[in-house]
Amino acid sequence: MKFFVSIVLIALLSMAACLYLPWWSIAIAAFAVAAIIPQKPWWSFLSGFIALLLLWGGLSFFISSNNDHLMAKKISILLLQSDSPFTLVAATALIGALVAGLAALSGSFVRRAAD
Amino acid sequence: MRILPLLITAAVTITLVMLLNTSFNIGGKPAPAFGKFLSPQHGFWQNAESADADFGGELSFPNLKGKVDVYFDERLVPHVFAEQENDLYFVQGFLHAKFRLWQMELQVFKASGRLSEIVGKRALGIDREFRRLGMTYAAELALKEMEADTATKTMCDNYTAGVNAYLSSLPESKYPIEYKLLGYQPEPWSNLKTALFLKLMSWDLAGHDNDFEMTNAKNFFSKEDFDLLFPQQQDSLDPIIPRGAGYAAPKVPVKAPANVDSLYNSNKDLLAVSAEQPDRDNGSNNWAVSGSKTQSGAPVLCNDPHLMLNLPSLWYEIQLSCPAFNAYGVSFPGAPAVIIGYNDSCAFGFTNGGRDVKDYYKIQFKDASRKEYFFNNEWKQTEWRVERIKIKDSTEYVDSVAYTLFGPVMYDKTFSGNENTNQHDYALRWTAHDPGNELKLFYLLDRAKNYADYTEAAQYLRTPGQNCLFAAKNGDIALRAQGNWPAKWKGQGDFIMPGTDSSFMWQGFIPQDEVPLQYNPERGFVSSANQHPADSTYPYYLGNDYPIYRGLIINKRLSAMQNITADDMKALQTDNYNIVAEEVAPIIVENINTESFSEEQVKLFDILRNWNFKNDAGEKGATVFEVLLDSLYTTIFDDEFKSAPPFTKRPFESTLFHALLKDSAYKFIDNVETAEKERLTDAVTLAFKKATDTLKKADAAGNLEWAKFKATRVGHLAMLDAFSRLNLPVGGGVHIINATKQNHGPSWRMVIHLTEATEAYGVYPGGQNGNPGSKYYDSSVDQWAAGKYYTLWMMKKEEAGDKRVKWKMSFKK
Repeated sequence: MKFFVSIVLIALLSMAACLYLPWWSIAIAAFAVAAIIPQKPWWSFLSGFIALLLLWGGLSFFISSNNDHLMAKKISILLLQSDSPFTLVAATALIGALVAGLAALSGSFVRRAAD
Repeated sequence: MRILPLLITAAVTITLVMLLNTSFNIGGKPAPAFGKFLSPQHGFWQNAESADADFGGELSFPNLKGKVDVYFDERLVPHVFAEQENDLYFVQGFLHAKFRLWQMELQVFKASGRLSEIVGKRALGIDREFRRLGMTYAAELALKEMEADTATKTMCDNYTAGVNAYLSSLPESKYPIEYKLLGYQPEPWSNLKTALFLKLMSWDLAGHDNDFEMTNAKNFFSKEDFDLLFPQQQDSLDPIIPRGAGYAAPKVPVKAPANVDSLYNSNKDLLAVSAEQPDRDNGSNNWAVSGSKTQSGAPVLCNDPHLMLNLPSLWYEIQLSCPAFNAYGVSFPGAPAVIIGYNDSCAFGFTNGGRDVKDYYKIQFKDASRKEYFFNNEWKQTEWRVERIKIKDSTEYVDSVAYTLFGPVMYDKTFSGNENTNQHDYALRWTAHDPGNELKLFYLLDRAKNYADYTEAAQYLRTPGQNCLFAAKNGDIALRAQGNWPAKWKGQGDFIMPGTDSSFMWQGFIPQDEVPLQYNPERGFVSSANQHPADSTYPYYLGNDYPIYRGLIINKRLSAMQNITADDMKALQTDNYNIVAEEVAPIIVENINTESFSEEQVKLFDILRNWNFKNDAGEKGATVFEVLLDSLYTTIFDDEFKSAPPFTKRPFESTLFHALLKDSAYKFIDNVETAEKERLTDAVTLAFKKATDTLKKADAAGNLEWAKFKATRVGHLAMLDAFSRLNLPVGGGVHIINATKQNHGPSWRMVIHLTEATEAYGVYPGGQNGNPGSKYYDSSVDQWAAGKYYTLWMMKKEEAGDKRVKWKMSFKK
């Protein structure tokens, strides 16, 4: 239960924070949620990871679909030298997931150090 | 020790975030900060415009005086209806910024020598050049004129306010993608930036000169050879104002200085400077046919300006409507008004005047401090302009530019363009530095009702000088080779001139009532394609650097046409007939000796022989001809130019073509490096053999068809292929009415039939939205490439319910 609550909270908090704050506020969101909701470090990491994997993956996929993948196609050619919009969606999701996962992991260690 | 895992993971997390928040250079190319760039709420995803995006909305700004309604049609062309005239320009600024912000600013950065701020050291050379050209100096002078005139000041003030209103509402996440890729932020707009943009157009259209290259050629070759290589006027010349017009004695008589031969014509100093030059083929076609030649009895006006083909496009289509006037056409993102287009009474367009309005004077400084220079037997004080060039990731570069009474000292021992061997000082005299208020031209043309209004408007155009075309519903047609043209003695400014006294300075300007013009001529049409404005009886010196072939074929065609329709005019604008081939190919075919040809060469020769002289997309003959022509040119001239200094002017292609037509024993056909005397047949046969390699390679790659070989592209302004349109199936080329080269050509095609309800067509290779993530980014490119047009819709306010209206944007106070 804590696991799912963490995922949902991290995702929601990240999305809200990114409306006003820089992109790395996802790290703060994941850190804060993991620090407040105690879980085993590994589970904390996973909840941050999955939260942003879903959030950034979902958002970018949603945006790209509405755009007929026009922009993702061009940016993938520009950055990856290949026409693969979905690789770009995956890369976006993975980068967000990694940052949030690590931040959540740090958060859970803070909790442990404090307890 | 529970703190250790925390420290480690925290360190890893922070390091990762910092890495993802930093931009790097990957293989010399800057890469964006990936975290920020990929974030769906901050980065490039925010520029991925929804396919069914809604461009409508309601906005309010305190600057507005009344209501403005903007109706976007299905091509995203805004039809702007304002209650108050000045609000029009506010909204135009707003729309330019909304759809073209990055390009607007980039153009200004280029003009003012600030590209290094964005891309770092590699732009320093070009930045220094634009600073030394005195672009900002020129823009400041122009701004003074612009702001001294109430009409243009109000126009600019409102335009600037509109751009800035958009900017202040723009969150960072919505910055155009190029800012995110290159990592910088937009700045507020200003009237000076509009002036800078207009000066960039002056550079593009009136910034070409051959002075150093021609001086080198004059000094290197004997007089006899030089005259053969650079004849003053070609025989087949068909000037804009037809031959035999007859001119009175000049009102500004000019006289060459007494010592012109010793100091100028026979001076033999070799020079070595070079600079970024605008494309020599920056030109255009325009013509208007009167009702006597059209089916409807109403005039038709046509214009296609040939410029660099870029995305986002130089042009932005717009309708501006208010109680005072109603105009439709293309505008420049960066400036208010409609530039090429039509209103309810008339239509207007331009081709480049292309005269030499940019000369250099050799300055003699007293000493290395350059504080004083010698002029008219005394030492004059230098003025200084200190240029501080900020460079991304580096320290500021300070360039002190000396200003003389000629103008800025563009070249000195610290700056010689791409070469660093120059030890002399050359000051630039350029009409772009003279005050002028070019915006007033467009201000007046947009609301012109008749020939008198057009004439008044045209006189505001000083630099860049243009062939201003006009046609009106009352049947009038006119063409005016308008500009602030220096009155020169024969040969003045062809070479570098002495700057130690006033004797070589420009002695005056051609009075406005002596600029070549044509009004309702008997032949029933007026036309220009950058050729000589007038024949040799025109009382002022015109120079000799003009393309001649497009003008020839256009006039030939127009003369032969009757009962003209708008469709005929579209067909003419996109015509691929190669008049050079018609003249030159038979001579080549006749003289080629095929005895020693390989099977491959025979095959290529047959393609050439059976070609129809059309540079259509699928023609292989056009490819063979063009490659052969290049090869023939180098075969004939390379030997003579081999030991010439770098930056020596080579003859115009037309000079070679004329020589081939007239004189099979043309002196330069002989290869001076061989003992025997080559004849024309040797040269063309050798040229063909040399061309074979290129042609064989093209054939093997399946690229022998002209469009595939030419590979026309509409390139992104930052040269990113991913944002460009490459390998377009387009014919045409240099010397052809459809003047589409690889990256240069008809940047806007327009045909306006001035019937009761105007029938108007137009297309440009781009799209209304400058965002590469929008489907409107390049949505007109294919239509343009296919030689097709859109019907231009001069919307009426009552048509708000028309099905062509897709979105409505309302502005109020």
